[in-house]
Amino acid sequence: MSVLVYIEHTNGIIKKNALEAASYAVAYAEKTNGSALGVTIGNVSESEIKKLGNVGLEKVFNVGGHDYLNHQKVAAIMADVAQKNNSTTYIFSGSSEGKGAGPRLAVKMGAGIVSEVIEVPSSTSPITLVKKAFSGKGYANIQLNHEKNVIVLSTNAFGVHEKSVDVHIENISSEGNDTSLTHQSFDRDTKGISLPDAELVVSAGRGLKGAENWGMIEELAETLGAATACSKPVSDIGWRGHHEHVGQTGIAISPNLYIAIGISGAIQHLAGVSSSKTIVVINIDPEAPFFKAADYGIIGDAFEVVPKLNAAIKAIKG
Amino acid sequence: MKILVCISSVPDTTTKISFTNNNTALQSNGVQFIINPNDEFGLTKALHIKEANPGTNVTVLHVGPNSSDPVIRKALAIGADDAVRINVEAIDPLQVAGEIAHYVKANPYDLIITGKESIDYNGAIVAHALGEMLGIPSVSPCIGLSINGSEASLTGVVDGGKEELTASLPIVVGGQKGLVEEKDLRIPNMRGIMQARTKPLNVVEASGSKEAQKVVNYDTPAPKAACKIVDANNVDELVRLLQNEAKVI
Ligand SMILES: Cc1cc2nc3c(=O)[nH]c(=O)nc-3n(C[C@H](O)[C@H](O)[C@H](O)COP(=O)(O)OP(=O)(O)OC[C@H]3O[C@@H](n4cnc5c(N)ncnc54)[C@H](O)[C@@H]3O)c2cc1C
Ligand SMILES: Cc1cc2nc3c(=O)[nH]c(=O)nc-3n(C[C@H](O)[C@H](O)[C@H](O)COP(=O)(O)OP(=O)(O)OC[C@H]3O[C@@H](n4cnc5c(N)ncnc54)[C@H](O)[C@@H]3O)c2cc1C
Repeated sequence: MSVLVYIEHTNGIIKKNALEAASYAVAYAEKTNGSALGVTIGNVSESEIKKLGNVGLEKVFNVGGHDYLNHQKVAAIMADVAQKNNSTTYIFSGSSEGKGAGPRLAVKMGAGIVSEVIEVPSSTSPITLVKKAFSGKGYANIQLNHEKNVIVLSTNAFGVHEKSVDVHIENISSEGNDTSLTHQSFDRDTKGISLPDAELVVSAGRGLKGAENWGMIEELAETLGAATACSKPVSDIGWRGHHEHVGQTGIAISPNLYIAIGISGAIQHLAGVSSSKTIVVINIDPEAPFFKAADYGIIGDAFEVVPKLNAAIKAIKG
Repeated sequence: MKILVCISSVPDTTTKISFTNNNTALQSNGVQFIINPNDEFGLTKALHIKEANPGTNVTVLHVGPNSSDPVIRKALAIGADDAVRINVEAIDPLQVAGEIAHYVKANPYDLIITGKESIDYNGAIVAHALGEMLGIPSVSPCIGLSINGSEASLTGVVDGGKEELTASLPIVVGGQKGLVEEKDLRIPNMRGIMQARTKPLNVVEASGSKEAQKVVNYDTPAPKAACKIVDANNVDELVRLLQNEAKVI
C-alpha cells in the first residue's frame, strides 16, 4: 500500500507547504507500514526535487508538460498515477490547489476525504484522525471507514520534519486532459508573501482609523518578512482587499506568529486566528477581549508602538 | 435559467462551541442556527442574476432534518422562489454532495451555487466533489461570476491571487464574500417573511448516499496561559521574548 502526496511548486520552486505535505506522507507511511510516493507536475528541476530528500521522501514521479494546471487537471493526473501504483492514501496541502483537487480525486477513486487534518493517525484500524472544526473553535476525531482516503492538511499544523534520504526520480507522462475550464489570465501578487501559508503575519483592524495609516503595518511586515492581514470590517470598508480578511468568514490561518494591531478580538475574528502558535496584541484598550487570547500584549497607541517595534526588530536583524 | 443554491445550517458565528454526551455531540441547546455565511453571498448573487434575467428561478436546497426548516424559510424570505429539503441527517461532505448530485441528475440546473466552505465542519469539499460527481466544472472559492447566455466568466481564488476563467453551463460555483459585497446582503423584510410561509418547501427522501466517516468525539482547544503584558515604552523586551522565549523571530 502506498501513500501518494501531491507536491506543489511555484514556477519550479517547491512550496513550503509541499515540504510539510511530504513530511506528513512519510510519517503516515511509517505509521501504516506503507511507502510514500511524491508527484510533481510541470517544470521542476531535478535539483529542486532532490530537496524532498530532506524530509524523507524516497521516490518522486515527475510528470512533464502541463505548463498550465488547475485543480481538475491535477485530480485527473493524480488519479492516473494512483491507479498505476495501487495507492490508497492521497495527501494534499490545504492550499487552493489541494482543496480543489482533493475532493475531485476522492470521487474519482471512490475514496473518503477529510480536510483540515492536523496529525498523523492515532490509530490505524480503523484510521482515526484529528481535524479542525468549527473554524478552530474545536477539534473532531474522525474515523475513516473507506479503504481509500484523501487527506487534506491544515497548513502549518503538522510542520516540516527533517529526515535525510536519497530521492529516486522517475519521469513519467500523464494526460490530465480536462478542458472544461478555460484559463484566461492570472492576477497574482508575486512580491508579497501569500497569507495562507505565511509563517509570520502582521494584522490590523479598525483601530488604525483609515487606509492611509497602513504604511507602518506594511513596513513592520516587510522588516519581519511577514504577510499582512486585516479584520473583516477593514476589508468591508475597502481599506484593504478581501484576500486579507481573516477570521471565521475569511481565511483561517495558523502562522507561528500573529501580531494583531488595533483589533478588538471579536469571537469571529479569533476563530480564524486562535491556532496561531504565538499571538501578540497591541491595543489601546486594556479591556480589549483579544488580550485573553494572546501570549504577549502591549497596552498602548498603535501609532506610537508600531514604529518603535519596527525599529527594535530592524536593530536585531542588523 | 434555473439556479440551485445549496445552503448548510450552522451555529451563529457568535456561538461559543461546546460538546455534550461525553464530547460526542455538539451542544446545540440555546444555539441559534443561521444560513452558512458563505452561502448567503451565493444566494444574494443568485437573486442578482434573477433580477437581471427575467424568468430565472432560484431554488434553495438543504440536506438535513426538519429542524433546519427555519433556516430554509429564511432563505425563502430573502428571496428564493422555492426550496427542497433532502430528509436525512448530514454527517459527511461526500454524503451531502452525493445527495445533491442525485437530486440534480433528476432535476437539472444551469447553475449550482454552494459556499466555498461550511463554517461548522470546514470541509471545503462539497463544491468540487459535486462538480466531479456531475461531470461538470467547479470554481471554488469564486469571487466573480457573470453569465452570458450559456457561457460563464468566473474569477477563482488561487494562492497569492486570482484567476479569470470561462466555462459553459452547467457549472458549480463555491461562493464567499466578493461574489457579492457585504453591503449587498439582504435582511428579510416583513413582506418577504409573509411570502416565505407559502412558498413551496418540498421534502424529498434521501437516495441513501453512503457515508465514509464518522466523528468519534470532539475536543476544544486548550485554554491559553495568561497574556504577558509588556510596557509600551519597552518594546525591546517584547522583541527579546519573541526571539528567546517564543522563538518565532
Ligand atoms: C456573521 C459575522 C461574521 C463575522 N466574521 C468575521 C471575521 O471572519 N473576521 C473578523 O475579523 N470579524 C468578523 N466579524 C466581525 C466581528 O464581529 C467584529 O465586528 C470585528 O472583528 C471587529 O473588527 P476590529 O477589531 O477591526 O474593530 P473594532 O471592534 O472596532 O476594534 C478596534 C480596536 O482597536 C482598538 N484601538 C483603537 N484605537 C487604537 C489605537 N490608536 N491603538 C491601538 N488600538 C486601538 C480599540 O481599542 C478596539 O479594540 C463577523 C461578524 C459577523 C456578524
Ligand atoms: C447535529 C449535526 C451533526 C453533524 N455531524 C457532522 C459530522 O459529524 N461530520 C460532518 O462532516 N458533518 C456533520 N454535520 C453536517 C454538516 O453540517 C454539513 O452539512 C456537512 O458535513 C458538510 O460539511 P462540510 O463542512 O464538509 O461542507 P463544505 O464542503 O465545507 O460545504 C461547502 C458548501 O456545501 C454546501 N453544503 C454543505 N452542507 C450542506 C447541507 N447539509 N445541505 C446543503 N448544502 C450543504 C453549502 O453550500 C456549503 O457552503 C452535522 C450536522 C448536524 C446538524
